[in-house]
Amino acid sequence: MLIEELLEYAEKLRDRDKPGKHAIKVCSAAGCLSLKSDAVAEELKKKITEAGLEEECWVKPVGCLGLCSKGPLVTVDTDGKVYQEVKPTDAGRIIARAAEGVSKETDPFFTRQQKIVLENSGQVDPEKIQDYILRDGYLALNEVLELTPQEVIDEVTLSGLRGRGGAGYPTGLKWNTVAKTGNVGKYVICNADEGDPGAFMDRSVLEGDPHRVLEGMAIAAFAVGATEGFVYVRAEYPLAIKRLKNAIKQAERAGVLGKNIFGTTFSFAVEIRIGAGAFVCGEETALIASIEGRRGQPRPRPPYPAQVGLWGSPTLINNVETFANIAPIMRHGGEWYAAIGTEKSKGTKVFALAGKINNTGLIEVPMGTKLRDVIYDIGGGIPDGKKFKAVQTGGPSGGCIPEQFLDHPIDYESLGALGSIMGSGGMIIMDETSCMVDVAKYFLDFTKDESCGKCVPCRVGTVQLYSILDRITKGEGTMEDLDELDDLCDLVKNTSLCGLGQAAPNPVLSTIQYFRDEYVAHIIEKRCPAGVCKIHKGERKQKEEVMA
Amino acid sequence: MAALAAAGKKVKTFVIDGKDVSGTEDQTIIEVCRENNIEIPTLCYLDGLTEIGACRLCLVEVRGSNKLLPACVTKVQDNMEVVTSSDKLKNYRVKILELLFSERNHICSVCVSNGICELQNLAQRLGMTHVHYPYLFPKLEVDASHERFVLDNNRCILCTRCVRVCDEIEGAHTWDIMGRGIESMVITDLNKPWGESESCTSCGKCVAVCPTGALVEKYKNAVDKSFSYKKDKLKFLPYLTTMREVKNEQS
Repeated sequence: MLIEELLEYAEKLRDRDKPGKHAIKVCSAAGCLSLKSDAVAEELKKKITEAGLEEECWVKPVGCLGLCSKGPLVTVDTDGKVYQEVKPTDAGRIIARAAEGVSKETDPFFTRQQKIVLENSGQVDPEKIQDYILRDGYLALNEVLELTPQEVIDEVTLSGLRGRGGAGYPTGLKWNTVAKTGNVGKYVICNADEGDPGAFMDRSVLEGDPHRVLEGMAIAAFAVGATEGFVYVRAEYPLAIKRLKNAIKQAERAGVLGKNIFGTTFSFAVEIRIGAGAFVCGEETALIASIEGRRGQPRPRPPYPAQVGLWGSPTLINNVETFANIAPIMRHGGEWYAAIGTEKSKGTKVFALAGKINNTGLIEVPMGTKLRDVIYDIGGGIPDGKKFKAVQTGGPSGGCIPEQFLDHPIDYESLGALGSIMGSGGMIIMDETSCMVDVAKYFLDFTKDESCGKCVPCRVGTVQLYSILDRITKGEGTMEDLDELDDLCDLVKNTSLCGLGQAAPNPVLSTIQYFRDEYVAHIIEKRCPAGVCKIHKGERKQKEEVMA
Repeated sequence: MAALAAAGKKVKTFVIDGKDVSGTEDQTIIEVCRENNIEIPTLCYLDGLTEIGACRLCLVEVRGSNKLLPACVTKVQDNMEVVTSSDKLKNYRVKILELLFSERNHICSVCVSNGICELQNLAQRLGMTHVHYPYLFPKLEVDASHERFVLDNNRCILCTRCVRVCDEIEGAHTWDIMGRGIESMVITDLNKPWGESESCTSCGKCVAVCPTGALVEKYKNAVDKSFSYKKDKLKFLPYLTTMREVKNEQS
């Protein structure tokens, strides 16, 4: 199919849906669905039919609208006011207002964001390819096929895009390496094994706009010379898997995936591989082992997957969000993308806000935005007038950042300098009721359970770290334990085999660095300043009582 | 040298601990070290089996790399400067050994491999004086269902030499790992008792390569004068290298 035919095909499909003038968009991502947004959609449809307004309004299921804590969310047309916590009984009123005309959204949660990755999320129906095509979808792929692979790579390099999985490796450089290694049988893998507690960026992108990821993968495949691709997605995301499967089928039918894409000699097929619930499979070499049908364990790098990857072939492996950035970069040019963000971190970043914050949900901001703006302006601050204590970025591999650094910009280097990492985009906000020792213990509990057990420092070291933290939270720690923590963290960080072990001490190191007083309070005063840890004053109190 | 050039392998010259050495491009740091009598402690590495870089004892410093690199899998490069025994490395190695000792049950005085154990030997050589991490002492089962051999998980350090020798040399793949993290365990077949394993050929290679007392022969101990897989492993191990060379030539 040529691009003109594709557009014709999309328009035909759209007209078959008989859309009305105003689209009433109901969020159908996992968050809102769990709050029964499907019932709201049904009621809206019923009310429209009852009122005979089919010409005026129609109901459209869309991807994540962002403000997950206030779901189910409903909005009208583009930039319309977002109705929050909608109940089926509100249907009549929403239809009446929609017919009157659209009032614009003014909440800073929506207006302060800049959306590139999420530009279609909340706009298109994720289960219909025509919606994506009519918003310039697969246009970039069509244009790319007229360039040389090197021109595509140069454009991505010019954009300054860095890997959104967390480590921030320059995407253009990675593509170049794969392109230059070997000739045939290369693979493209999309890493959708999002495992950080409290992070749901990749899930929302796959649920809200799956075609964008597929388009990014196809462009990457053309650039590096691959003909086969895999999306490795965790089994815990059934809706994302369903929509992705559906999207692949539609894309193949439309001729934008599969053999001879857009009538050229370029062919690219995508398959889904489902993870079995191991966090370590987000590490690229473990992920590859898992796709190959082996035990999901990492192996030492080098050689990197770019040289020796899936079944020994050169393999390009990028995160969902990285691929989602590709189509807009090719459409608007690398220079346009490079103009957004900071000197070393370009573009925008999607974050999942969670924890003690008013607006829990999904946001996208330019790199270099201050943490304070994200938490107070977009996030709406801390609920119940409580005091902010720390923000945790990067999940179990990241660290906690205290209040005095809130005016630091969000980019790879700044967060690294603060002892945390950019990570994949999870942002957990903690207030005065969170105990930082308990937080560190929580993350170590996670990493010790998720350690694959291959290398000794991670397998045994994380367990020993956890047991020291556990001791401290029970009021049985000593000041020597603090030195021991430092020492053991240094060992695990420097000698572990893969990123999981190397980054596992970060939550401990950053909390000791910024909240040492809380550790000391647990050890010396036998009390938890936040009142989270149950410390039995057992022996000392008993002794005092006996003395009295 | 002429033979090497004929085989199409490039020769790299570099420095290990201030000593000028050379190796072919497909050699790893550890292979060149062993050729030059430079000692690097290892547990999971065994000449003749696939290297996995898991025990982390062979980590070395390479100038220009901000990370420590495992000598068993790192290929040699021209002009690289390798340090194999700085104070930092020695300190890390002792701590890794201590972690291993704390993980399960390694009380040498009641172990059949006392005196011929590679873990014990390394602890002595590297000057480990005590274990300052609390012992975890999990209660693990002993599988004595095989008629000639015993698996004692309490002594296992999960080096996976048995898994690899069984798969790569014997071709039986009786052994594998179950579970993850601290709960990892070597198992036979699909976690059936060893004695009921259908794939095991009772060749004893796993027992010969096991560095500790996790896999042992029944009715044998360190003071026994007769042939034992464990004690006489040096008679047996060159066989591994030969087997692998044959395998490489075939592939």
